[in-house]
Amino acid sequence: MKLTINNLPVEVPAGTTVLAAAEKAGVRIPTLCHHPDQDVKGVCRVCVVEVEKSRTLQAACAFPVAEGMVVRTNTAAVREARRVIVELMLSRHPKDCLGCARNRRCELQALAEELGVRDVRFTHIEKKHPKDESTPSLVRDPAKCVVCRRCVYTCNEVQAVGALFPAYRGHETVVVPAYDKPLLDIACSLCGQCVHACPVGAITEHDDTDKVWAALADPKTHVVVQTAPAIRATLGEEAGLPPGTLVTGKMVAALRRLGFDRVFDTDFTADLTIMEEGSELIQRLTTGGTLPVITSCSPGWIKFIEHFYPELLPNLSTCKSPQQMFGALAKTYYAKKAGIDPASIFVVSIMPCTAKKFEAARPEMNASGYRDVDVVLTSRELGRMFRESGVDWGRLADEEFDDPLGRSTGAAAIFGATGGVMEAALRTAYELVTKKELKNLDFVAVRGMTKIKEATIDLDGTKINVAVAHGLGNAKELLERIKRGEKTYHFVEIMACPGGCIGGGGQPIKTTNAVREQRIDAIYREDKRMPLRKSHENPAITQIYAEFLGQPLGHKSHELLHTHYTAREKV
Amino acid sequence: MRLFRAHVLVCAGTNCSLKSNKAVQDRLVREVERRGLADEIKVVETGCFGLCEQGPTVVVYPEGVLYCRVTPDDVPELVEEHLLKGRRLDRLLYREEVPAAGAAVSAGPKAFQTVPEMNFFRGQVRIVLRNCGIIDPESIEEYIANGGYEALGKAITAMTPAAVVEEVKASGLRGRGGAGFPAGLKWEFAAKAKGDTKYIVCNADEGEPGTFKDRLILEGDPHAIIEGMALAAYAIGATQGYVYIRGEYGLSIDRLQKAINRAKEMKLLGRGIFGSKFDFDIEIRTGAGAYICGEETALFESLEGGRGEPRLKPPYPTDSGLFGKPTAINNVETLASVAQIIANGAKWYRGFGTERSPGTKVFTLTGDIVNEGLIEVPMGITLREIIFGIGGGVPNGRSFKMAQSGGTSGGCLPAALLDVPMDYDELAKAGAALGSGALLIMDDTHCIVDIARVFARFFMHESCGKCVPCREGTFRLHEFVENATKGKATPQDLQTVHALARTMALASLCPLGQAAPVPLLSTLQYFRDEYDQHINEKRCPTGTCRGLATPAKALSAAGKGA
Repeated sequence: MKLTINNLPVEVPAGTTVLAAAEKAGVRIPTLCHHPDQDVKGVCRVCVVEVEKSRTLQAACAFPVAEGMVVRTNTAAVREARRVIVELMLSRHPKDCLGCARNRRCELQALAEELGVRDVRFTHIEKKHPKDESTPSLVRDPAKCVVCRRCVYTCNEVQAVGALFPAYRGHETVVVPAYDKPLLDIACSLCGQCVHACPVGAITEHDDTDKVWAALADPKTHVVVQTAPAIRATLGEEAGLPPGTLVTGKMVAALRRLGFDRVFDTDFTADLTIMEEGSELIQRLTTGGTLPVITSCSPGWIKFIEHFYPELLPNLSTCKSPQQMFGALAKTYYAKKAGIDPASIFVVSIMPCTAKKFEAARPEMNASGYRDVDVVLTSRELGRMFRESGVDWGRLADEEFDDPLGRSTGAAAIFGATGGVMEAALRTAYELVTKKELKNLDFVAVRGMTKIKEATIDLDGTKINVAVAHGLGNAKELLERIKRGEKTYHFVEIMACPGGCIGGGGQPIKTTNAVREQRIDAIYREDKRMPLRKSHENPAITQIYAEFLGQPLGHKSHELLHTHYTAREKV
Repeated sequence: MRLFRAHVLVCAGTNCSLKSNKAVQDRLVREVERRGLADEIKVVETGCFGLCEQGPTVVVYPEGVLYCRVTPDDVPELVEEHLLKGRRLDRLLYREEVPAAGAAVSAGPKAFQTVPEMNFFRGQVRIVLRNCGIIDPESIEEYIANGGYEALGKAITAMTPAAVVEEVKASGLRGRGGAGFPAGLKWEFAAKAKGDTKYIVCNADEGEPGTFKDRLILEGDPHAIIEGMALAAYAIGATQGYVYIRGEYGLSIDRLQKAINRAKEMKLLGRGIFGSKFDFDIEIRTGAGAYICGEETALFESLEGGRGEPRLKPPYPTDSGLFGKPTAINNVETLASVAQIIANGAKWYRGFGTERSPGTKVFTLTGDIVNEGLIEVPMGITLREIIFGIGGGVPNGRSFKMAQSGGTSGGCLPAALLDVPMDYDELAKAGAALGSGALLIMDDTHCIVDIARVFARFFMHESCGKCVPCREGTFRLHEFVENATKGKATPQDLQTVHALARTMALASLCPLGQAAPVPLLSTLQYFRDEYDQHINEKRCPTGTCRGLATPAKALSAAGKGA
């Protein structure tokens, strides 16, 4: 289709939107409700343009091109409409930019700046809707909501959770959980993908940095930190580095400078998870247990299945997530080994995830006799602490994790990307079952952003069918396949967030699918870089079984490393 | 079939129902029986007769004598005088203020003996309303006896679907819901759209304040809708139809459901209609009363069980409508016109109305007008003829101030535009719209700014909240007009509100937001001095806006002093 935009000729395929055509022509059209990973909503109307012969302006994000179309994006009528629209939004939006979690990362702020809005002609009347701080994971502030519906799309279409939807109408319209109830009281996975969808600060993580500052300041408290596999591939973005930059060694150095007494690694317990979960898989395969075994590392996924598929709870691996295994071991194994009173140990997790905050707060997560994990910070919160403390990333030299809970393999590193847990498990299961060395460690069939990935693995004659889903919408689709019983699956990995943990709800703004791809690349670079790439080869793992746990699925493991689940209401 | 020497028609439209018509009807039946006249005189419950202001109305045929404001206690006398003694009961006859030609001042009331003599009816051409007030809407036999289902039979047995489309196209029938899109063209698009499953939807959401035509058509002649839908379904290749009626329309839903049931019993709906291979069925779905659900795509959303919000266009309903299938969606009045067009031909239909707006239009007259009610007139009739001819003028000796045409989103027309012809294009030129056919008349006691405030509040309440210009814009329009009524608006606000209104009209997602500023803009255009008095002089000339200065003369004239 040939058309002109501001007199510039451009040719695009039929079905292209005016917005995409303009991009091709090198014409920028401002947007707000538009999101590169979402279907068209066309509700904010910021992107309106003149289309010749059209009675009204048209939303460029939604309007399809036509042969010979004449589009103008910079006329007086267009500029007036855009400005009025942005002023209308600003006039209902709190003016507390300086104190907002999204200050300088706010798309409304950027839009107002881009359009040169200096004053707002409408009286300032803020929306009145109470803040929702009911969950340990997320804070919703509907007063800041601009009702762009990006979170609604993510929550319903991408995540299939359906927790968020517009309620009321007209100027009272606001996006809220079902029945306008607190988030904690409805079926929400707490995955936090809505945070990434939100252009403003209407949904943010629950900030727990004060608790960590307080612990660090207390000389009587022994503060240990664990970092999730996905953090090293994303934290750099908080320091302004491009997506896909690996910052493992600098992150360790920076954490030490913040004052943590020990800098440990969740990758260690990721390796441990493989030992336990791999053993569980083999046990269920050989003893006729419930199949498929479904992974249990992702707390957003766990809450989802508890709400929506309680009938499949017996399929879940009973393994705790690496975070919770770490907490339980830090206050038992490590405490004993280091001769420290577990009561004085304070465990901080750095996670890609908002649901991890909920997980750490689950009542059953006290196997050590104490709260196993005291505080969970997202990568965004840690980024803020680093900025506040003045960490100079450019001048930090790489440092190593502390022993013994800091040793890990490439198999643990790939936990951070979708398919990683599956791949790590297969690397170990293959060798444990076949007693042969695995030559090609890369199970590429389970990697990448394809919605649902399947593979059949030959374990020396025993063929096992595996499937991987990331994002809860895809998970739902896979669960329906499992329930329909069209195919027998033996092992299934599910991560709540698109792309896996590198795309988690606690990850740096902005997290889009394009950014996720770059982070995934970094994860596999980290794997390649590691001297050891199979969990069962981790010497610290061998050591902990010898000194403390005994054997996988043993009595001590059962006590400290395994858990149970709770069916929850669907609404 | 038994023959009766007289039929007594009792209006059972919603408006008369509110005025104890049922008691009148019961009393009539009892009285007729008591006097042993049951074999000679039949009491018939009919749909709306149109003279809602004068209800409950009773018409006695064969003479066609109209009795107004009949109470149950009037019944014995009525039966005694008219039906036994053959004398007209003068005190219940319809009286009309007969204005001197063109003037707004009455020359005194005149009693009219029969229906055809009345100004109210003389100016009307009843095509859509031809059965309303004449037949028992709950009797399919009466509908058939008056030519009903002949058009459907003709179409199915003697016409191809394409020929039906052609006939409707040739008639020039335009959508009566407000937008005025050619109905035949819409059917042609739906007929040509790819897909095995197609739908015909009847839009009976009728949300415009002051509009009740669809309601009274549904109550008065439900089979006309069924026949129109069946014709549309045959034309486009649909086998399923839905009628989306607002939930408040209890009587409409009742009568239409009864009519659907009877049509099914008579094999006029269902499988193999008229022995052909044409199957068609209709289901009623009720809405919850949101104004936005009258917008076709929001209606689909609601019908599908979602939140009533408009969709982006394109795709248009004829390509992807209800459940994503090609759908023709027509207003009640449009569908009620179809059978008559097929029965009598496009050429006949074009004999009414104007070149670009053929046919007739049903209007609902409300506000400061003598004959509040329902009328049907040829397109192109002037506003003056409607208000002062058929409508009987402005009551209480007041003078005409303005008429809002087309419902809340319509423009307000001042006295200078009384001679505007009422059709789609002429009204659009005047900044108003034919819209749903609502005509709200206001006399000179009303403050234009206060009226604009009421309209603005309506839109603020009814905006669905989906797009920014409408969601926030309706809120701000109301803020401005309300401030004006309190003397708090500034000339600068007026500038801002103009920019806002332009933005809403150009950038809103759907017609609701696009039309929401129309009443404000049109009143600003025609009554600017009244706004200026409110904004610059902090004065309300009619004394409506409390807290503003009011000239003493206006106070006493408006009867709002003390």
